[in-house]
Amino acid sequence: MNNWIQALSHPFAGSVQVGSFLSTSLLLQIGSFKPIEAKFVELIGVIGLIVGILFLLLGATLGVLVVVWLERKVSAGVQQRVGPEFAGPLGLLQALADGLKLLLKEAVHPSRADERLFRLGPAMVVVPVFLSYLIIPFGPGMMLEDLGVGVLFWISVSSIAPLGLLMSGYASNNKFSFLGGLRAAAQSISYEIPLALSVLAVCLLSSSLNTSDIVEAQSGFGVLSWNVWRQPIGFILFLISALAECERLPFDLPEAEEELVAGYQTEYTGIQFGLFYVGSYVNLLASSLFVTVLYLGGWALPLPGVVERIVPAGLQGSLLQALVGFIGLFVTLLKAYCFLFFAILTRWTLPRVRIDQLLDLGWKFLLPVSLGNLLLTACCKLAFV
Amino acid sequence: MDMKRPDEAGLFNEFYGHISFRSAAIQSILKDLPMIYGLTPKSAPAGLPNAMIMSMGPQHPSMHGVLRLILTLDGENVLDCEPVLGYLHRGMEKIAEGRTVIQYLPYVTRWDYLATMFAEAITVNAAERLANIQVPARSSYIRMIMLELSRIASHLLWLGPFLADIGAQTPFFYILREREMISDLFESATGMRMMHNYFRIGGVACDLPYGWVDKCLDFCEYFWFKTDEYERLITHNPIFIKRVEGVGVISREDAMNWGLSGPMLRASGVPWDLRKVDHYECYDQLDWSVQWATDGDCLARYLVRIGEMRQSVKILQQALKALPGGPYENLEARRINQGRGSEWDSFEYQHLSKKASPTFRIPSQEHYVRVEAPKGELGVFLIGDDSPFPWRWKIRPPGFVNLQVLPQLVCGRKLADIMSVLGSIDIIMGEVDR
Repeated sequence: MNNWIQALSHPFAGSVQVGSFLSTSLLLQIGSFKPIEAKFVELIGVIGLIVGILFLLLGATLGVLVVVWLERKVSAGVQQRVGPEFAGPLGLLQALADGLKLLLKEAVHPSRADERLFRLGPAMVVVPVFLSYLIIPFGPGMMLEDLGVGVLFWISVSSIAPLGLLMSGYASNNKFSFLGGLRAAAQSISYEIPLALSVLAVCLLSSSLNTSDIVEAQSGFGVLSWNVWRQPIGFILFLISALAECERLPFDLPEAEEELVAGYQTEYTGIQFGLFYVGSYVNLLASSLFVTVLYLGGWALPLPGVVERIVPAGLQGSLLQALVGFIGLFVTLLKAYCFLFFAILTRWTLPRVRIDQLLDLGWKFLLPVSLGNLLLTACCKLAFV
Repeated sequence: MDMKRPDEAGLFNEFYGHISFRSAAIQSILKDLPMIYGLTPKSAPAGLPNAMIMSMGPQHPSMHGVLRLILTLDGENVLDCEPVLGYLHRGMEKIAEGRTVIQYLPYVTRWDYLATMFAEAITVNAAERLANIQVPARSSYIRMIMLELSRIASHLLWLGPFLADIGAQTPFFYILREREMISDLFESATGMRMMHNYFRIGGVACDLPYGWVDKCLDFCEYFWFKTDEYERLITHNPIFIKRVEGVGVISREDAMNWGLSGPMLRASGVPWDLRKVDHYECYDQLDWSVQWATDGDCLARYLVRIGEMRQSVKILQQALKALPGGPYENLEARRINQGRGSEWDSFEYQHLSKKASPTFRIPSQEHYVRVEAPKGELGVFLIGDDSPFPWRWKIRPPGFVNLQVLPQLVCGRKLADIMSVLGSIDIIMGEVDR
């Protein structure tokens, strides 16, 4: 909260917490520091944070509905079908209807399953994925928690989810589930490292682990200053590893239908089954947001200085911040959904790799290349900066 | 995950306790039966206590119906694979012994329900060869056209599931788009889309309808380019190549020793095609070539089948042009124009030589008849005893024989390879279990 001065002096560079940017800064601008007022400000800050969390949860869930709808419509287009069309306009509400159905279904659990682990598994998958939204900057200053270790937080949190998969696969007491859980664990271990290394290279470039700093570092010259151009190898590595982390089709071995029936989900019903889907789609959305933040310039528009020209001259203070934030949000989501479209097309185009080929690709190709990329980035940084 | 191993003797008594056994030999055979039919859980092999026994199927998404594989897995590696058959057994051979040929015809489309014309062809051929019944040239051509259309339909419904087994769902929708057209052609000629019941002793049930030949030619032209589309989509996809190249290799000797046939045999370097070998119907009068490859892996089988679809289109295009009497409407017009005694009324231009009596007697002889079905050599060994019913009707289904080599191919490979190998064998449980 102590960076409010900076936030006010330059609205495009600030990183005030999203919940509080409406009220706190305004109050601080007007009032002086009396103890009661300070407590009042703190209270408003807490309420703002809770509202922000709820807002983000709702936003992520709504985002999932959009992703599911996109997936269905795009796959239908690829396969020359119509796709959902009856639930709501253009079938927009189909995902909602499916979710509702899953919510109302009976949660059956196998009699010989380990019940506690079985129940805990889906939650272990979903919660960390939602946590990673804490540090995604949707616009200038629009993030829930401006962590100094931002990206590292995401990497560490996202590696909890496979633990949940392993847990539910083991607890199901079903051999298909068990194999699926094992595959999930093996896959996440081997793709976490290239992912982290390619993210590290980006952090080196922007001299910070903080996500909003990373975006700031790319906003100088519009599209030209995006990290895609400075990190082409890293970008491709990140794409492959992100797809593998999300268990999307060339790498969807843990739930490979033709081999393991449904992998770790085999024994799940009702909303517990639905939670896995929510988790995987929220994760996909988070990954595409991270692609946007790390490589595609985050909220920055492709042309520099456009926002300043769009914003009406008379606007000031929180209204200005809100407008700028809204533009940033729109741009971020637009880029993220473009990446999502790519991921969906990939899923409905490619066949699946085999487990040994998957591990080979991870350990024998991605890992050395990402190490080399990191080394190259560090050398260039030492030499030129 | 650990299962208590039931007492084998107890199980044995449970299943066979009501039978009294005389000889020790029979007893020893029967004792193994529960094991053979997968009734007792197998235990892990001695050296590998961590090995896992997994029953894949009969209800499994990629077991092509109701095949069951009892796998011994060491992690992802397949140590042992034991197919269990018979979940779709309907006693087709026994049913045949109580039916006349014409009564039996509706049953046979349920053997290989994706290449139905071939089962009809072999059923009709068996009886008519034994009784030495001539087939008019026109009906032979119609049969050939129907068989090749059916071959394309069958290969299409192999291609889609094969790719789906490897993980690519989309080609399934593309192949159904083309297969739909074949089904429409079948429907307009035979009245049914899948279970046609179109072949008869001495010809086919009815002539081609008005405009059918043109529509079929249109389809051939359209389908030729669609094959190119499949090849562009699939053949050069690096992931696909990685999944199928060098997987499930069968050598030339092995292929012959296992009695494989069809694309399985041809992909292993044996250019053996019964259409060329047996000279049946009118295939000799057309210009086409046997598709074969030498690698013997899943990729070679894929390429052979893709090549066969192209060859079928070539056969179709030639046969439709060379059809004696031309399209039905021309033939009828010429008949009416020239009146009674026209040359177009002669034997070769009929669709049926002579309508066989419902009590058509199968002569008391025996012989083996075979056709080149899309899956391989489909044969019938028929023994007649001068009655309307066959005395013995032994079916040699290609899928059943080809499936036997599966454990050989998947042992020592990964779990996922089972799907690509099984997909490339192309089995239909309806004909494997009969």
